[in-house]
Amino acid sequence: MRPLLELRNVTKCFGGLVAVNNVDLQIEPGRIASVIGPNGAGKTTIFNTITGIYRPDAGTIRFDGQNIAGKRPDQITAAGMCRTFQNIRLFHNMTVLENVLVGAHTQTPSTLWGAMLRTRSFQRAEEKARQEAIRLLRYVGLPAGLGDQLAKNLPYGQQRRIEIARALAANPKLILLDEPTAGMNPQETEAAIRLFRRLRDELGVTVVLIEHDMKVVMGISEYVTVIDYGQKIAEGTTAEVRKNQRVIEAYLGRSAPSEQGPVGEGS
Amino acid sequence: MSVARHSQLSPLQRLLQGTPGLWIVLAVAAGASYGFVQSPRSLPVRLLLIFSLLLIYFMPQKGWIKLLYGGGMLLIVLPYLGLFNPFLMELGFQIAAFATLAIGLNIVVGFAGLLDLGYVAFFAVGAYLWAFFGSQQLWHTDEAPGTFTIFATFPFPAWWFWIFLGVGVVGAAFTGVLLGFPVLRLRGDYLAIVTLGFGEVIRVMANNLDKPINLTNGPQGITPIQRPPIPSFFTSPEFLEQLGQLAGRPVGLNDLYGFFFYFMAVAILVLAIFLALRLDNSKLGRAWTAIREDDVAAVAMGVPLRRTKLAAFAIGASFSGAMGVLYAANRTFVSPETFSLTVSISILVMVILGGLGSIAGVVLGAAIVTMLNIDILQTLSLQLSSLRQGSGTIPLLGIPWASLPTQLDPARYQRLFFGLLLIVMMIFRPEGIIPSQRRRLELHEEPAQEPLAAQLEGELEPDHKLES
Repeated sequence: MRPLLELRNVTKCFGGLVAVNNVDLQIEPGRIASVIGPNGAGKTTIFNTITGIYRPDAGTIRFDGQNIAGKRPDQITAAGMCRTFQNIRLFHNMTVLENVLVGAHTQTPSTLWGAMLRTRSFQRAEEKARQEAIRLLRYVGLPAGLGDQLAKNLPYGQQRRIEIARALAANPKLILLDEPTAGMNPQETEAAIRLFRRLRDELGVTVVLIEHDMKVVMGISEYVTVIDYGQKIAEGTTAEVRKNQRVIEAYLGRSAPSEQGPVGEGS
Repeated sequence: MSVARHSQLSPLQRLLQGTPGLWIVLAVAAGASYGFVQSPRSLPVRLLLIFSLLLIYFMPQKGWIKLLYGGGMLLIVLPYLGLFNPFLMELGFQIAAFATLAIGLNIVVGFAGLLDLGYVAFFAVGAYLWAFFGSQQLWHTDEAPGTFTIFATFPFPAWWFWIFLGVGVVGAAFTGVLLGFPVLRLRGDYLAIVTLGFGEVIRVMANNLDKPINLTNGPQGITPIQRPPIPSFFTSPEFLEQLGQLAGRPVGLNDLYGFFFYFMAVAILVLAIFLALRLDNSKLGRAWTAIREDDVAAVAMGVPLRRTKLAAFAIGASFSGAMGVLYAANRTFVSPETFSLTVSISILVMVILGGLGSIAGVVLGAAIVTMLNIDILQTLSLQLSSLRQGSGTIPLLGIPWASLPTQLDPARYQRLFFGLLLIVMMIFRPEGIIPSQRRRLELHEEPAQEPLAAQLEGELEPDHKLES
């Protein structure tokens, strides 16, 4: 099957630091894939390079048949890829509903003149976007009636859900989730995993996540890519990756075996 | 929304509810009007007039009733009172003009969060556009300032003013885009510095473009600038005589222009309010707020930063472009001095004082600052100087008024008053006098505690399916 997202030899440097080094990555449509690696391995930088926030120094990124390397983030979002952020980046002082409506920016066909003259098509587009936003908020499991709250006033777990609803509003083919379960308790994590599955199963969205929590990664991923020091060190199914010697070394260290065990972060 | 608003009425609003409220507001407005007819030059009466407009805005009544009251005051009562003291029309014109500028700046600063300290530049562009084409400057481009004589005719007939109202809008919007391009990547302090510089560049250009080609006539400014023609019906002697009988004094062409510019400014202000409200509540308005909140997240959600920021600059500028054209015609004179940094700051003060992002607040802010600027402080100074002429003494102190130094003139302390006003505001009401709904929540709302049931519900597996 032709991959939905394909990175070839992608490199991103910050001054002398090579944050992403010659990475190849293929995500097939309809997959749930994970990118894992120790802290500072360059996972988020890869996400930022894919979504256009950084411009790759070398390599090509193909998404859905077109080259998106060097395009602006908003163009890439319009092409059908949307994301969430590691440290939640909601628009804090906008209401929950407005947050999702901003996510629908590329999907709302209203124009400046339409807004000024309040044309019928403008009103129809606004109403449709509003209904869609309410449905999405329900879909990600937000209790009804929170739409008019300011985003910053909601608890952490709900903010994560809103961020996913906001990304879904862009009607993406591919959704990139950057540590979506960070800071969640076990029950919340369970619910989040179920949600990610439903995104793929019910909406047909391809899901790529960065994750630290090995339980999440192993429980949900169909394909895992491991990054360390900006390079891809392994990829494959969860079973394959788990057995890979380099992965074990990257996570547990190469030094004396006595140091492993309780210190491990994701265990 | 309206239900929620009714539950949190202020004591004043509770007083203005229902039919009694209608009568109270009517009584205040009528009292102020009667007072004005009795003593047309009294400052307290003018303040009472403005206050009655404020009451109309605040009274918790149906929209059409408020519109009826407000429209009646602005379009019938105030112009009628203007017959007794033309200064009222001048005051109304200035307030409406600066309120329009403040609404334009509010789009850039309040909605999109781009701090613009050179906003007056767009006002200057509009004003100089009509100043150049609406005066005889076109004929004097190769002459040094002060060396030419005024002719009886103009290169463009006066009715071109109407066309230039549009040209001013387009010209200012274009200038806004011109400023927008280099500052697209800047934020915060850096943006403020560059826009400040831009404002100064426009002013210095106006100051120096008298050679090699004399476009602006330099520091001397351009005059006379044509005023748009008034339909001959209004200028007919019979009509003027009728007005004169109403006013109890002869009414001339200049009075007529006072009314004309007042109505024009109010019309442009109403249009600006209307457009700003609609834009705020649209896809573009949401994109502006999103950029203000977090531009990285906004662009990741598909908001094109460049286009959205440029739209804010262009639309914000266009309001002041139109007002610039009107202002040039009103004064029949423009000079670079009118467009100094202090004007930009004044407009910013109006926006912050009234409430960043709030249209009603910004208009009120413009009214307060303009009143202070051209009315309250001036009137106090005048009264003080008349006291100084007399032989009275200051009560309690026993010092004669005449020995009071002129350095204590209130009008000299304009900037001090603004500064104090801003400090007091920032301490006690940082969100402005009439805050926007959003800012009120932002600065004064405690994080909402949901009922436990709602929180639990969030953890459960949602069983809503996405239809379609």
